[in-house]
Amino acid sequence: MRIHRVLAGVLTAMLPCFAPAQQDTLKEIERYRQLLQESNPAELYQARGEELWKSRRGPKNASLERCDLGLGPGVVKGAYVRLPRYFADTDRVQDAESRLVTCMVALQGFTLEEAKRNPFSGTGVPMITSDPFSGVGQRSVMTDLVAWIASESRGMAIAAPMSHPKERLAYQAGERLFYYRAGPYDFGCVTCHGEEGKRIRLQNLPRMTNPKDAQRAFGTWPGYRVSEGELRSMQWRMWECVRQMRFPELEFASDASIALITYLAKKAEGGTFDAPAIKR
Amino acid sequence: MADPMRIRANMTGDKVEVKVLMSHDMETGLRKDAQGKIIPAHFIRNVTVTHAGKTVLAAQWGTSVSRNPFLHFRFRGGRPGEKVAITWLDNKGENRTDEAVIAGG
Repeated sequence: MRIHRVLAGVLTAMLPCFAPAQQDTLKEIERYRQLLQESNPAELYQARGEELWKSRRGPKNASLERCDLGLGPGVVKGAYVRLPRYFADTDRVQDAESRLVTCMVALQGFTLEEAKRNPFSGTGVPMITSDPFSGVGQRSVMTDLVAWIASESRGMAIAAPMSHPKERLAYQAGERLFYYRAGPYDFGCVTCHGEEGKRIRLQNLPRMTNPKDAQRAFGTWPGYRVSEGELRSMQWRMWECVRQMRFPELEFASDASIALITYLAKKAEGGTFDAPAIKR
Repeated sequence: MADPMRIRANMTGDKVEVKVLMSHDMETGLRKDAQGKIIPAHFIRNVTVTHAGKTVLAAQWGTSVSRNPFLHFRFRGGRPGEKVAITWLDNKGENRTDEAVIAGG
């Protein structure tokens, strides 16, 4: 009798295994993602970023609340997924970071150098770069701000505009850069991101010409890198890829970096933005 | 001043499920900076969680805990609307306490 009851218990416990396996796996992965998201330290950066957006800083003692990220002064909701885009006041295509530089200069009175200093936070990365990027445990205002701005577009569709000629020009330049091979290893973005099924160690590399891969890649930056204990932005992603290709250093917020991001944004068009994400 | 913690406290059945995200460098004291100098150790030593005047969790941590630690635990005896207070104390004597109200499940 007792054995029967135990058996019945075991059988009941096993029942879920007989349910359609595929669906269960997907559900479990979804649950795992949610668990990871709940423990994502990117939230700490977002909270700081929101504070920084509202706090008065710089020689003009002003906040960034009048900053125009493309949807009008002060509109942050949905701004990130519609970047990079053309801005008439600067007459150039800008991404989130370069636009923040513009706002820090125009609204808060920082010099261009001050606004661009320390674009990436903390430790880990800047093994080879000189001071502006380095400093162990150093926080980056830029990274915090971008984390918050990106988080305000979570769940929305990636939709960088392509109507202005300069936006199309940036896309074309980005495409050229993507396929451009050079340096001591004759490397280019396309070496790693132009073919299906490539990986570095165990990290699968997205093929950027495949919309699904591009959407997933673009939609998960900025991301918190567990291995580095830092939040990393899209500008950093470009900078780091270029460094790994042994190219000359990609200047932060430069036209080249924005062109690459514009190209990727277009390739990822229509994907769901799900950042700041958490990465290995 | 350290950044605030992010705390979620929810009823799950008869238990309170608490998830805490702390902002801390958690330096091991083994790493070197760009100049080759050792970065001094800086890590959380003690974590204490109190509820209704009682300690429900006390932990001693060391350098093996990750940067920006995430702590997840459950305890009995809490009710929605009550408060949970979490305190950490690090090796430099810095500390931070944050509170959260338990939400219904």
